[in-house]
Formats: sequence, structure tokens, C-alpha cells
Amino acid sequence: MSKMIEISGLNKDYSGKKVVDCLDLEIGHGELFGFLGPNGAGKTTTIRILTTLTKPSSGLVRINGIDVAKDPAHVKSEFGIVQQHLSLNRDLTIGENLQLHARLHHLTRKERKERIADLLDYVELSDHADYLIDDVSGGMKRRAMIARALIHRPKLLFLDEPTVGLDAQTRRKVWDLIRRMNSEGTTVFLTTHYIEEAEALCQRVGVLHHGRIIAIGSPLSLRQNLGMIAVEMNLNGNGTEYRYFADRAKAAQFIETLPSTERVVMRESNLEDVFIELTGQKVQGGLT
Amino acid sequence: MWADLVALKRRGPRYLITTLVSPILYLVAFGWGLGRGINLNGTSYLEFVIPGIIALTAMTTSFNGAGTRLNVDRLYFKSFDECLMAPISLTSLLMGKALIGVVRGLMSSVAFLIVAMLIAPHIHIGPQFLLGLLLTCLTFAFLGVLAALLARSHEDMAVFGSLILMPMTFLGGTFFSLSQVPVGLKYALYALPLTHSSLFLRAAALDQPLPWGSFWILLAFFVAFLVGGMVTLKKISI
Repeated sequence: MSKMIEISGLNKDYSGKKVVDCLDLEIGHGELFGFLGPNGAGKTTTIRILTTLTKPSSGLVRINGIDVAKDPAHVKSEFGIVQQHLSLNRDLTIGENLQLHARLHHLTRKERKERIADLLDYVELSDHADYLIDDVSGGMKRRAMIARALIHRPKLLFLDEPTVGLDAQTRRKVWDLIRRMNSEGTTVFLTTHYIEEAEALCQRVGVLHHGRIIAIGSPLSLRQNLGMIAVEMNLNGNGTEYRYFADRAKAAQFIETLPSTERVVMRESNLEDVFIELTGQKVQGGLT
Repeated sequence: MWADLVALKRRGPRYLITTLVSPILYLVAFGWGLGRGINLNGTSYLEFVIPGIIALTAMTTSFNGAGTRLNVDRLYFKSFDECLMAPISLTSLLMGKALIGVVRGLMSSVAFLIVAMLIAPHIHIGPQFLLGLLLTCLTFAFLGVLAALLARSHEDMAVFGSLILMPMTFLGGTFFSLSQVPVGLKYALYALPLTHSSLFLRAAALDQPLPWGSFWILLAFFVAFLVGGMVTLKKISI
């Protein structure tokens, strides 16, 4: 059976500068995949290629078995996308925005009516259908974008920084929504600056750096590769050094060898540790 | 186009009022102010200038109605990407984005025409006039779409307005007769689509022999902008 996303030897360069460099990636049906990387790593370009907005320099991209370059019109019905920036029409109400998207996807009048009502209920916006976009909160806008992306019942959903700028409570609400969509069979391709978001939601994550995948696996397996226990050593005002160990016993053994003046913290490692070790930099805008 | 029509319906009265300000100011300043007492081959300057102002109104509102809006949607709100990712043909997309400019252009022009008819009731509005008006709106709406698709920033769009639309506003045969300008300049002005629009609408409104050559040239501009828009849209989508 074909994968939901197959990327093979994908390259994209702008004026000779490689933004995506021989990228290979496969994502299965029903998977919730996290795509991490520092700014400029090539995440947005990869998503733009996958969603037919940008032409690749070379390589093969298939969505649900359909070649994106050869049959972009067909591919467009297979996916939905929630972009990072607010891409709702501000002249329209929430309901009208969904109506517009349903029309762009050629839904019949009956389908439009039913699905808009269902989706507004799904994202808990039924009471706000007639509100203009500028009259609702950031969280509501984000949920409206999710509802819009689902109107044509796509098998694959791209979520580009879906919780950026949201408060903690609203972020949890969006997380629940993402989990629910995924549990109902939608494949989710998520990019995020919030490492804890990827850790909480994704079954697998891929770390992109300079246009290449440098690590891929479940958050747990990536942590295991690095070491499940982290030791943070405060170097007397000269920054912090991190060491990773397979278990607490080994970490404790190491701590005993340190001078007693050093401030040391032992804790469980997390995906952010993995990310920093791999890329040498923190994710901007996230847990920095 | 459905979304633009919904938005237009919501803002209809406000849109009409704001869009009428410029042409009425032109009418007052040039028609009643500077042109009072001027007679051009038996026609009062007021009657002469009204068709020119209608052509000008059709140009600016169609261009802005299609182009400025698309430019903002494409470069600022990025909502145009949503259209590019939808399973609709590029031809439908191009037509939809241009036709809202045509609707806005026709609305403003007709509203101004109603005001103008109260002042100059001798103006003749027949099928030829309406045909010329529709072609003017189509031509400049597609020019707006083409400019918006080519623009890489909002500044590009402003530069286009300053370098192309603004000179056309005053030189495109709107406020003066081309017979009054030197031969060399006259030929240069014939290269502007607004000149042909003004000539055709004026002749139709004043019940004079129609310059069909201008009509065909305007039609050629329309086709060129439509094809240019299609080629550009194909280039920016995959």
C-alpha cells in the first residue's frame, strides 16, 4: 500500500542556494508526524512544495500515491492546510469563510450546509458563525482555520505552526482537536516551534537542518539515542553545559566526579535537548 | 468572486460614496470651474469632460477593485494561496479575480453617470456607450490583475499606479481634446488604452460618429492583459 506522503530526492534551490537538499521522507496513512527545524531549515519550502504552491527543482513528491508535479489539480483535493499566518478572508464571517472554501472545493449546496454546521460544532464555533473574523479571538480564528481546512474532508492535513500566538488554555484545546482528527483517521503533518507540542502530539518527528533530515523517529527513540537522563552543569556564570546518560545511575556516577562548587541539575531529557544537540541551536520563538 | 460580492454587498453604500468623491471633484474643478464658458465645436466643456471622467472612473475603480485587492490578498493576507491550493482551474481563478473589478467599475461609473445626467441631461447613453464602458472596465480590471500578479511588494503596486495610471489619468484624452496637442505627443497618447476609451465613450455620449478603431484597439489591450494575466498566473502556480 502506498504511503500518504512519499518524498524522494527532493531538491529546491533559489538562485543557486540550496534550501531543500536531497530530502527523502515517507509518512504513513493515519500518522501524526512532526516536522521540526530551526528558521531557514527548509520546512516552509517543503510544505509549499507538498501543497502545490512551489515547484521543486528536482525530485519526486507523491501524496496518497498521486505525483504532485504531474497532477497538481488532483492532489489539491487530497489535503487541507492550516497556515501559520491568518489566511481567513477578513471581509467575511466565520461561516462565510467556510462557505467560500466549500465552494472552492465544489461542494453542493446540501453538502455545504451540512458540513459547515457539523464543523462549526466540531470546533465549538456554532455560536460565532456570524461573527466577522476581526471580531473574534486568536484561538477562535485558529479553530475556524482548522474547520475550513477540513471542509472537503481531506485525508491529509498540514498544520503549519497551528498554535503560534495562542495562550496555554487555547493551545491545549487545539491539541485536543488535532488528536481527535488524527484518531478519526486524518494523517497530520505538523510543523511547530513549540518542542513540547511535538513531544505531546507526534508519533514520529523529523528534524530538518539545512534542508536535510538529520534525525527521524519517535520522540522516545530520539531521546533514547541521546540519553534519557540529562545533567545540566552551571559553569559559574559561563553558561550551561549538558551531558546525557542512559540512566540515572550513570548520571549520578558522573555527578560524583564533579567539583562540589558546581551547580548541577539532573532531570529527564526531552525533545528540545535532542533538537539542540542535533542542530546546535534552539528553536526560535519556542522554548528558548 | 462570490466572497468579493458578499463583501461588496456588506459595504455597498460606503463603497459608492467613497468612489464618487474623486469623479465629482474632477467634475466640479474641471467641468464647472476651469471649463466654464469653454465651447468645443458646439459642445459645452461640461458635456465634453463627463464621458472622459466616466472613462477615468471606470479605469481607476476597475483597476483598484481587481488589482489592489488581489495584491493585498496575495502579499499581505496570503489568502490568495488558499485559492491556488483549491481544485479550481486557473482560468476560473483569473476570471473571478478580474470580474469583481468589472463589477466595482460598473457600479461606480453608473453611479457617477446618474449624478452627471442630472447636470448634463443631453448626454446620450445608448448600447454603444454601455458596450464601451464594459470593455473599459474589463480592460483595466485585467490590467489590475496582471499588475497584482507581477508585483513583488505593495510598493511595486504603488509605483505602477504612479508611473502608469497617474499619467494616463491626465493625458488619456479625459480632460482635453487630442486635436489640441502637438502631433508627436498625440501619437504617444494613442498608445494609452484610456485614450481610446475616452474617445469611444465621448463619441457615443455626444452622439457623434463612433471611432471603431479605438474600440478594436481597446479590445486588443483587453486581450493582451488577459493573456498576460494567464501566463503570469501559470508561472506562479505549478
